[in-house]
Amino acid sequence: MALTNQRVDVPVIVDESKCLEKCVACIEVCPLDVLVKNPETGKAYMKYDECWFCLPCEKECPTNAITVQIPFLLR
Amino acid sequence: MNIQYLKTDFLVVGGGTAGTMAAIKAKQASPESDVLILEKANIRRSGAIAMGMDGVNTAVIPGNSTPEQYTREITIANDGILNQKAVYETGRLGFEVIQELESWGVKFQKDHEGNYDLKQVHRVGKYVLPMPEGKDLKKILTRQVKRHKVRVTNRVMATRVMVQDGRATGAVGFDVRSGDFVVIQAKAVVLCTGACGRLGLPASGYLYGTYENPTNAGDGYSMAYHAGAELTNIECFQINPLIKDYNGPACAYVASPFGAYTANAEGHRFINCDYWSGQMMLEVYKELNSGKGPVHLKMYHLDDDTIAEIESILWANERPSRGRFHEGRGENYRTDGVEMNISEIGLCSGHSASGVWVNERAETTIPGLYAAGDMASVPHNYMIGAFVYGRIAGETAMGYVDGLDHMEPDAEFLAAEQARIYQPLEKPDGVPHTQVEYKLRRLVNDYLQPPKSPTKMDIGLEKFVAYEETLDIMGASDPHELMRCMEVHFIRDCAEMAARASLYRKETRWGLYHYRLDYPEKNNEEWFCHVNLKKGETGQMELFKRPVEPYIVDVNLESEIYDVAAR
Repeated sequence: MALTNQRVDVPVIVDESKCLEKCVACIEVCPLDVLVKNPETGKAYMKYDECWFCLPCEKECPTNAITVQIPFLLR
Repeated sequence: MNIQYLKTDFLVVGGGTAGTMAAIKAKQASPESDVLILEKANIRRSGAIAMGMDGVNTAVIPGNSTPEQYTREITIANDGILNQKAVYETGRLGFEVIQELESWGVKFQKDHEGNYDLKQVHRVGKYVLPMPEGKDLKKILTRQVKRHKVRVTNRVMATRVMVQDGRATGAVGFDVRSGDFVVIQAKAVVLCTGACGRLGLPASGYLYGTYENPTNAGDGYSMAYHAGAELTNIECFQINPLIKDYNGPACAYVASPFGAYTANAEGHRFINCDYWSGQMMLEVYKELNSGKGPVHLKMYHLDDDTIAEIESILWANERPSRGRFHEGRGENYRTDGVEMNISEIGLCSGHSASGVWVNERAETTIPGLYAAGDMASVPHNYMIGAFVYGRIAGETAMGYVDGLDHMEPDAEFLAAEQARIYQPLEKPDGVPHTQVEYKLRRLVNDYLQPPKSPTKMDIGLEKFVAYEETLDIMGASDPHELMRCMEVHFIRDCAEMAARASLYRKETRWGLYHYRLDYPEKNNEEWFCHVNLKKGETGQMELFKRPVEPYIVDVNLESEIYDVAAR
C-alpha cells in the first residue's frame, strides 16, 4: 500500500541547546510514550503525534528544555 | 521475538488511582505475598490523575454526612439503578482513605478551625473536599508503592486475561518499547485500567484531545469481556460539559463554591446544580438547542482576588495546560465566560454508571478476577471510590489467593494471542492506526451520540461488527504503533457493547446519557433493572436483565425525582 508522510505541527518543543544527552526524564514520564531520543544527536524529540498536553515532560525536565504548546487543532 | 515469563501472587493491571491502592493494600494485608503492577505508561505519571487532582468529590466525613445520606444522593442521581451496597462502601470507607492519604503527605483543605473545608456541589450534601495542592498525588502514591515493596513493570500493556478452569490465572501482553511478548502467571488479577476515554471523536478532530487520559482506551472493558465477565449498564454513557475544544473540565466543582455558575449566552442560570449527571447534561443539551447557547462557566461577576484564587487552583492541578489554552486565545476569566460544549461519548463509572460488573467486594463474575476504578461498575465513584475499591480488591484478593497455586499457561491460548497481537507488525505498510481509529470513532459520533435513534444505532452496530475486518488491515512499524493498534481493538469492542446495550434498553434513563427518541420516557415497570452483557458460549455478545439488588437505604423514587432545571 502506498503511504505518504505528512507534516504535522507538534505540541512538544525541545530546546536542543538545553537538552542533556544522558537524561531521559521526559521520556520516562510521558503517559503516551511519544518522546524518544534522536540516536544521532542524543536530544529528545516528539516522534508520535499523540500528545495529551498534560505537562509531566515539561515539569520534570531538569534544564527547562521543554515547552508544551496546546495542539494546533485545539489552540 | 523474545518472550518474558513473570509470576506473581496478585497481578494489578494498571497503576493509576485504583491500581496503586490495590497493590499497597494487598501488601499491607499480606506482606509476604508477591504483588506486581503492570502499567503501560509509567506509574509516576499515569492514569486519570497523571498530573494530580484539585479535589475529591465523594468525601463522606463523619459529622458532615453519613454513608446512608451519600447512598441516597447517588441513588437519586443515578435514577435508582445501582447496587446500593457497593455505593455504600465508598461512603463508609472514604474517610479512612482520606486519613491514610493525609498520613502519606496529601494535603486537603481545612478551615481556620482545622476542620475539613467541605463544599456543596451535589444536589443535597457536601461531599466535595478541595485539595489545592493535589499536583503531586501520583508521585506520593508511587513512593508508597515502593515503600510497600510492590514490584512494578512499566511500559507493558496487557491485552488479555488468562482464564483456566473458570478462574483468572494471569494475563498476557507486550512490552510497548521492546515488543517482547509478556506472560504473567498470577493467582488473582485486578483490572484497574480506567475509562474508555477514546470512544467518541472530540469535535476538534484531535484523537488525543480527550477528557480522559487517552491511554485509557477501554482496555479493561474489553479484557473483562473476553475473559467472560459480565459488564453492566454500558448504555449509560459518559458525556461531560467541557471547555470547548480543550475538552478539559470547566471545573464548576472548583469554581461554584466561590460563586461561579453555569450560564447561557444571556448570562442566566438554567440549572440549579452543577454536579455532573445525565439529567444535568440533558438541560445543557436543551439549552444549546433552544437558541440560548452557547453556555459558559460564568466567573466575570466575581472580584479579582476570588478569580485569582480559582486560577491558582485550576492552572496547577488536574489539567495545568488550561491556563496557556486561555492565554493563547486572549481569554480572561475576569471578562470572558469559559465557553462549554457537550463532549463526545465515553464509558466511565467514575462519572456515570457503566462498567465491568462488580459487587461490594470488587469481585467480577469470574473467580479470581477483580475490577476497580473508572472501569468497575460502582456509579459516580470518582477518585475516592477508585481508592476505596482498589483497597477492597486488594484485601479481598489476598484472602482469595491463600492456598491457591499457579496454573501452567495454556500453550494454545498463548500461541493464538501472540498471533493476534503481532499481526500488524507483519504488514508495516498496512493502514495506519491513526486512520483506522479516526474512522471508527467518527462512526461512534455519527451513530451513538445521544439522542439515540434505533435505526441509526442498528446501522452503527452493523458497521462496528464489520470493523473487525478493517482491524485486520491495520499495519504497524514498531511496538509503539502496535500498542495503538491494539487499543483500537479495545475501542471497537467498547463501541459494539455501547451500541448493543443502547438498543437493548427500550426506555430513556439517566437524562442525556440514554435518551432514546423512540422511547422518550422512563419505564420503571419494564426497565427498573441493570442491563448486563457478556460473551456467550458461542462467542456472541449476550444481553440480559439483571434485577436491582434490594435497597439497604430506603429511597422513594416516585417522589424523589432528580430535576436540576432552573425555573
